Amino acid sequence: MARSTLPVRSETLLWIAQRASAALLALCVTVHLATVIYAVQGGLSAAEILARTRGSFGWLAFYSLFVLAVTVHVPIGLRPLLGEWLGWRGRSRDAVLLSFAMLLAVLGMRAVFAVFL
Amino acid sequence: MKPLSVRVWRGTSQGAFQAFEVPRHASQTVLDVVTHIQRALDPSLAYRFACRVGMCGSCAMTVNGVARWTCRTHVDKVAQDGALEIAPLAHLPVIRDLVVDMREFFDKWARARGRFQGAQTRREDFARLPPQSAQRVQVDAAIECIGCGVCYSSCDVVAWNPEYLGPAALNRAWTLARDERDTGHVGRLRAVAGDAGCHACHTHMSCSERCPKNIAPTASIAGLKREVAKAALRGEL
Repeated sequence: MARSTLPVRSETLLWIAQRASAALLALCVTVHLATVIYAVQGGLSAAEILARTRGSFGWLAFYSLFVLAVTVHVPIGLRPLLGEWLGWRGRSRDAVLLSFAMLLAVLGMRAVFAVFL
Repeated sequence: MKPLSVRVWRGTSQGAFQAFEVPRHASQTVLDVVTHIQRALDPSLAYRFACRVGMCGSCAMTVNGVARWTCRTHVDKVAQDGALEIAPLAHLPVIRDLVVDMREFFDKWARARGRFQGAQTRREDFARLPPQSAQRVQVDAAIECIGCGVCYSSCDVVAWNPEYLGPAALNRAWTLARDERDTGHVGRLRAVAGDAGCHACHTHMSCSERCPKNIAPTASIAGLKREVAKAALRGEL
């Protein structure tokens, strides 16, 4: 298409990634919120929570998956917003969004390792 | 009945609303109102119509802020406190008064490959399609489009992304994507994918809400998204 910066197949794969990551997020957000509510109601202290997450490969895997889903989902969702609201299409948009995805991944994994290590 | 207060757009993209008083009648349509203005009050008013019975798709206008087919829209249903505001369709260049230039709208049908591509000749027998087959049922749900432009004028994405093919062109592409006689499927899916195609749809459903033929272009566009995704995963795109 005229102003699409990527080949049609790539645009379609982005759309599939957006849908797949949305499905993952639905699961991750539900588990995350349920865990938060459970932890708060049980009156767990920060130390008690850390005792459960440190060294737990289950929580590491779960939150790594959560971060991956966010990293994929958010930049793809911002892409049409930037195009439609700011008229920003072209390569520069995709370069900035790729950098933003990497920032999300780094910040997210930093938080995950903060409670794992 | 009290006369109707009508404000009608005059001009092109620059212009202003002009006020008229139009006598009320039972079962009066918005097209009747516009016709009365042109025949009795101001013959210079430009508007477009042909069949007057909801078949040709040429009389669509914006009535009190909503795109409608005026020949089948009763004044009773849409007048607010006895007042009507009639403007040309949105998202298309205004030629004059209530007449818009539909070229871009129909050019997008062509860009969406809205033309049937077959492999048979006239010497071969008719293709036999069971009316109850799943594919044919999907085609039937979307085939009655009259090309009035109401959906295109109601779609926010068209305003935000002027390259967007729009609900009518994509709906047309869907009827061909589901037509088992058509041989241009892959090329058409390529034409309707991406930033200006089906993936730009936000599923606001204004097109489905306002289509006078009760077609759901949103469902057709969702169907295209599925077919395009399958083709991409098969490596056909």
